[in-house]
Amino acid sequence: MSFFQWAQNPWGQEILVRISWDLFWLALAGGVLFVIGHLVWRSKHKEAPAAEAPPEKAAAIPERIVRHTFGSRFFHWSMSAAVFVLLVTGFFPVLGIQFDWITIHWVAGLVLIGTVVFHIIHASFWLRLRDIWIGAAGWKEFRQGLANSLGSAPPPPKPGKYPVEQRLFHHMVSLASFGVILTGLLMMVRVSNPLFTRNPYLLQDSTWGWVYVLHGLSSVGLVTMIIAHVYFAILPEKRWMTMSMIAGWITKKDYLAHHDPDRWVVTEEAKNR
Amino acid sequence: MAVIHDTIEAFELFQPASLEDALVLRRRYGKVSWAYAGGLDSLDWFKDRIKRPEVVIDLGGVAELKGVRESGDGIEIGALTTLTEIASSDEIRSKYSVLSEAASQVATPQIRNQSSIGGNLSQDTRCWYYRGGWPCYRAGGNICYADTPTSVNREHAIFEAKRCVAVNPSDTAPALIALDAKFVIHGPSGERVVDAEDYFITPATDIQRMTILGPSDLLTAIRIPGTWAGARFHFEKVRDRQAWDFALVNVASAMKLSGDTIEDVRIVVNAVGPRPLRLRDVERQLKGQTATADVAEAAGELAILGARPLQHNAYKIPLMRNLVRRAIRAS
Repeated sequence: MSFFQWAQNPWGQEILVRISWDLFWLALAGGVLFVIGHLVWRSKHKEAPAAEAPPEKAAAIPERIVRHTFGSRFFHWSMSAAVFVLLVTGFFPVLGIQFDWITIHWVAGLVLIGTVVFHIIHASFWLRLRDIWIGAAGWKEFRQGLANSLGSAPPPPKPGKYPVEQRLFHHMVSLASFGVILTGLLMMVRVSNPLFTRNPYLLQDSTWGWVYVLHGLSSVGLVTMIIAHVYFAILPEKRWMTMSMIAGWITKKDYLAHHDPDRWVVTEEAKNR
Repeated sequence: MAVIHDTIEAFELFQPASLEDALVLRRRYGKVSWAYAGGLDSLDWFKDRIKRPEVVIDLGGVAELKGVRESGDGIEIGALTTLTEIASSDEIRSKYSVLSEAASQVATPQIRNQSSIGGNLSQDTRCWYYRGGWPCYRAGGNICYADTPTSVNREHAIFEAKRCVAVNPSDTAPALIALDAKFVIHGPSGERVVDAEDYFITPATDIQRMTILGPSDLLTAIRIPGTWAGARFHFEKVRDRQAWDFALVNVASAMKLSGDTIEDVRIVVNAVGPRPLRLRDVERQLKGQTATADVAEAAGELAILGARPLQHNAYKIPLMRNLVRRAIRAS
């Protein structure tokens, strides 16, 4: 197995061309192994029943709690569609399924950029950034959660709006998305398109190689993350979360079972959002 | 970069005596094998050590792949039939002269004696950046060296360039598309027959191939239906010198007339894009018209719509326009 593809440029220098496509298969295998590993772990660990919330708190909570605003759901599904098209157009030709993919690929890339810009504005002004941030306490809970899953620690406290694993996933996807977006924009300079004047010599060969490598690494990273994401989305015990990304809300029962009412206060918030 | 070596790199040579054996070998060795017909394209690659197949399947001993024979209302040409045989075949000269004319204008007599029709159709592009072993898109890299502000791209594409700007160099391909030929391909899933036009692909579909042939496929025969037999044909090739050169632009046309009226027509231009370009809009415009100078003039203008020249090949646009005009006037 190799990690990178190299070539010799006209000046006799060894230059990076892109990642080796072996890494795509590695990412795919990594995703599948994660799913299998989790399924095995899941079969041996039953989730403990949630502690009942005090009746006075429960009474003040509405029957439906908004977890994802329309804007958040719009972003999630439009970004998903764009990433799906990007992965299909990016990797199918590698797998030997040949078609005219370049234009579809960069158009989907522009759609992805549009959704990310929308999300940044929407999250900055209409959502609370601290809900998604992982502070020192969040990392402590993450470590405790890992230790708990290995049976060496008590369960971590219930989360606020988003479990720490979900926040971590968000940050990893953000990192990979920024990776493909920034490198993808640069790569657009190399193909004919209506936005940029084509200039393959904008960067040096070796720098272009790193641009392609970062684009490839971010892309294969997304493959693994998406496998894990889809897997969790279809797990029966996580379905309430998946449904909230469609309908926008969760039930009072799920809220009390999976969230700490003191960390995610919804009585007023649910009305305001 | 291409480096001249004293010897070709070692490979395992197979010389099958039947098509069946050749197909078994192709299936067995797939990507690491190289189908060797006349050797005119292959040997350059091997000598420069740019293509290094582990296995070479020499098709020279496969009799089924050779010769011109009758097939239905038309003819079938084995893929290994030499260009000289095609250029001198009475059957082809009398009924499909556009093909014999195209074959007779390939390279030199010596090369035509050795090279096969299958090889002429399936040969790789002649872009010298690619042929020189530079790591361009077509060679698996991430750049087209022929499409930069400083590139030498006089012979390159004005149509259908996508990342790679190389052109298809075949002279016989446009003639066969004009004749509505079908290509017979044998592969792992058996025999399939495709229109000549669909045999060629652009870099948008696969930047590392010029045809639909996969690593285990073999082009075995070309079938020319009787549909266009005896029609009015025209083939013209413009090149820098009148022998041993590839086309800057070539044009092949087949026309059926009813009196002075064009009943049906096919016009194909090559060396202007990554695949032979059939001018369907021009054909549509010509049907039902008389082939006058004005009609030819308008057809020439229509033919070049959408052309996008590179730094040094804008001359191909008027050249193509004039060749199309002449094809209509001469037919």
